[in-house]
Amino acid sequence: MGAIAVESSSKMRRLSHSMDRWTLSSILLSVLVALPVLTVISLAFGSTSDIWQHLLSTSLPHYLRNTLCLMLGVGVAVCLLGISTAWLVTMCRFPGRKLFEWLLLLPLAMPAYVIAYAYTDFLEYAGVVQGGLRGLFGWQSARDYWFPEVRSLGGAIVFMGFVLYPYVYLLTRAAFLEQSVSMIEASRVLGRGAWSTFFSVSLPSARPAIAVGLALALMETLNDFGTVDYFAVETLTVGIFDVWLGMGNLAGGAQIAVVMMCFVIALITLEGISRRHQRYYQPASSRLKKLPTYPLVGYKRMAAMGACVVPVLFGFFVPVLVLGELAWVYFDESWTPAFRTYVLNSCLLSSAAALIALSVAIVIAYARRLQSGRVLKIATRIASLGYALPGAVLAVGIIVPFAAFDNALDAWMRAYLGISTGLLLSGTVTAVVFAYVVRFLAIALGQVEASLEKISPSMDMAARTLGYRASETFVRFHAPLMRGGLFTALMIVFVDCMKELPATLILRPFNFDTLATHVYEFASDEMLGEAALGSLTIVTVGLLPVLLLTRMIGNTREQGLRRAKRPELAESVT
Amino acid sequence: MSIEYLLEVDDITCRYGQGRAVEGLSFHARPGSLTCLLGPSGCGKTTALRAIAGFQTLEKGEIRIEGQCVSTPGYLLPPERRQVGMVFQDHALFPHLKVADNVAAGLRHQHDNLRRQTVRGLLERMDLSALGERFPHELSGGQQQRVALARALAPRPRLLLMDEPFSNLDLDLRERLGVEVHDLLKEHGITAVMVTHDQYDAFVLGDEVGIMSQGNILQWDTPYNVYHEPTSRFVADFIGNGVFVRGTRIGERAVNTELGDIQGTLDRPALTAAVVDVLIRPDDVLPDSDGPISARVSRKAFKGADIMYTLTLPSGTTLLSMFPSHDNFAVGDHVRVRLNVDHLVVFPIEKTVTESMTSSPA
Repeated sequence: MGAIAVESSSKMRRLSHSMDRWTLSSILLSVLVALPVLTVISLAFGSTSDIWQHLLSTSLPHYLRNTLCLMLGVGVAVCLLGISTAWLVTMCRFPGRKLFEWLLLLPLAMPAYVIAYAYTDFLEYAGVVQGGLRGLFGWQSARDYWFPEVRSLGGAIVFMGFVLYPYVYLLTRAAFLEQSVSMIEASRVLGRGAWSTFFSVSLPSARPAIAVGLALALMETLNDFGTVDYFAVETLTVGIFDVWLGMGNLAGGAQIAVVMMCFVIALITLEGISRRHQRYYQPASSRLKKLPTYPLVGYKRMAAMGACVVPVLFGFFVPVLVLGELAWVYFDESWTPAFRTYVLNSCLLSSAAALIALSVAIVIAYARRLQSGRVLKIATRIASLGYALPGAVLAVGIIVPFAAFDNALDAWMRAYLGISTGLLLSGTVTAVVFAYVVRFLAIALGQVEASLEKISPSMDMAARTLGYRASETFVRFHAPLMRGGLFTALMIVFVDCMKELPATLILRPFNFDTLATHVYEFASDEMLGEAALGSLTIVTVGLLPVLLLTRMIGNTREQGLRRAKRPELAESVT
Repeated sequence: MSIEYLLEVDDITCRYGQGRAVEGLSFHARPGSLTCLLGPSGCGKTTALRAIAGFQTLEKGEIRIEGQCVSTPGYLLPPERRQVGMVFQDHALFPHLKVADNVAAGLRHQHDNLRRQTVRGLLERMDLSALGERFPHELSGGQQQRVALARALAPRPRLLLMDEPFSNLDLDLRERLGVEVHDLLKEHGITAVMVTHDQYDAFVLGDEVGIMSQGNILQWDTPYNVYHEPTSRFVADFIGNGVFVRGTRIGERAVNTELGDIQGTLDRPALTAAVVDVLIRPDDVLPDSDGPISARVSRKAFKGADIMYTLTLPSGTTLLSMFPSHDNFAVGDHVRVRLNVDHLVVFPIEKTVTESMTSSPA
């Protein structure tokens, strides 16, 4: 009897432990992913030197002013472009509307630094445009005419606006599609015209969605390094590079990173609040009715088409053509064994990061499904913070703990075993992959969570009572059902890793290049022609998720309408 | 060795979300018995089922299956090791597996031949032989539920749990399937626990019914007794239709009401209050052209074979009465009825006078 009691109690303990394995790994992974954020925050408070004073009196105000101007300008630009096009394609009827609906997403494939390189080549003194103008008007030199300076704050604002507006467009369009038809009809019946209805009904109800799009676009702006570096617009990101890598002052770089964290927190707060409001502003009632659209004729039709053509043309087709031409001309110089190595490096790092991010996302999302608790909820929240972290800040947050670990390990090994391990983490691709995972985990997590949510919880219970452990249930029953979602997650993370520049630039091992850093370095050396092939490759890869997105957004409302028309489904609802 | 109870739920308390979904719940199920937990949504019945299946930790109490402790605070035998089968409201068939593979899902440790044999036998027994190669989405709701049942039964579970198994089916089908499932479970001597909010499902399937409210069982009895001898106002209210009529006790076996003196066995001798409410079910009120009570028809609901009349007495009190369908009266007509009560169900009066409980189940 006693023996049985002892045996069963030890068995009990083992089982209750195995229940917690998912929770435990989930928390552990979340903490690991949160490491850079925690590092940056602790650096802000931990530093004892008077660098703050120094920074404030020297370069910080300059960096701050530039960053604020850039964000303000880009903010205005993306709102103008994004909201107007979203309203046109959802609420108006004009030729090509269906086509523009997805064409307007194309600039999403274009990293800001790539469009900057393309336009610099296109618009600079020796470029096609100015050369053409000179030929046309017989001007001899730059003194004969005025042309706006491409490589300037203004240039950065315009080009970033052209590639970042799709964030606002995408979310605003969805909000317009989901707005209550009766609200619009009520406004029209009450005697308001199209413009008045837009400003008093549609726009206010889409405000939260616009804010979310804006927050995402500004996070990208804050993250950008390639453009502002090339245009010599000294933002905070450039500041981190200058102070840390230029002057060798890591602590100073960390201080700037802390300042950037304030921006990030403000943006996350804006995004979070807006997302919460979105629910109230978009009532579910009658949203499946067909939206009333305004048929446009005459000059209005031309104006609408023009408004949609401009962003697509200047945000995608012109730069692609410019790059294509350059790549064609410089093909022999670009298509080298080194180039193929860069492509391979990019693919390897991105694949590794995508796979790891997906695995981590699965563990975290599945743990939450298995056990709903406050701790896991917070862990998930922390784990997905990385998406808002600018690459340069992320790099600071990674290099500090990694270097500390490397040094400690090296010292210990040398002291006790007499061997030097060198830089095990900080000087290798581990750091780069880790940065990718931290930064893009939120994307994978969102995808995995969305696909998991579509699976009824009773499916889990059915599998478990049929004798499958939690992990077996996932592999056998969940994974096949969410194949599409998992693949999408992999692809989006992969592509985002390919495009990532600032973190890669800082954390990559010595003499190691990816496609992105290769493009950056050649462009920095004024070799835009040689950089074109790489740029074009990045854009082409970037098109993959955009095409997927266009397929998904095209039919959300139509699907809803179709579903509502199917009587057997309507019946099951009532 | 035969055991008295296959499932023992002892004083369990579980938390679900913010509050306690189940508090101090106890019940036992004999081998081969069909037990129903019946209650409105939010009463904790599903949480109780999840606790038995092993998806819900306990704050207090203990659950034993075949005498083996499977759940106590701080210990949970994982669901996959409990050998319980489960059937769900949404069927929860694996959409990427064929019907036959769904049924075989719990048999992976069996030898291939044996497995095929088991699956074939079950499909045959459930009238599904022709559908083995189909995918779940190609089946009707009733067929899907049959497959779900076959899948749950295939590994020969010690205990079958059913969560609103018939709620997604239309009325006609659920009654037929209910009887079918009842016979099947009895035939194989399977012990089952079902939770439902639908009393008719519970009546068809349950040997014993536990009426749940706020995380606890209010009454544990046969379906017949739950209906005819509810021990609380809540149960009287929740099960079936009926009204309460105020009356004064006269002696041991009678209550004086405005309907006259009602004779019958008092179900609660302990109740000593002089003024009580008497439960009058529709089937206690019979049409009788010579009956002592005259009432006006204030509402009628055609039910096919019967018509449910709401009758108003001159005093304003309402009664419910089930008449055979050919006794067709119009609203406003006067009818005569008599009472046929052999069992008096009385409750202490409530401050707020409950007048009628016409909440007929849909």
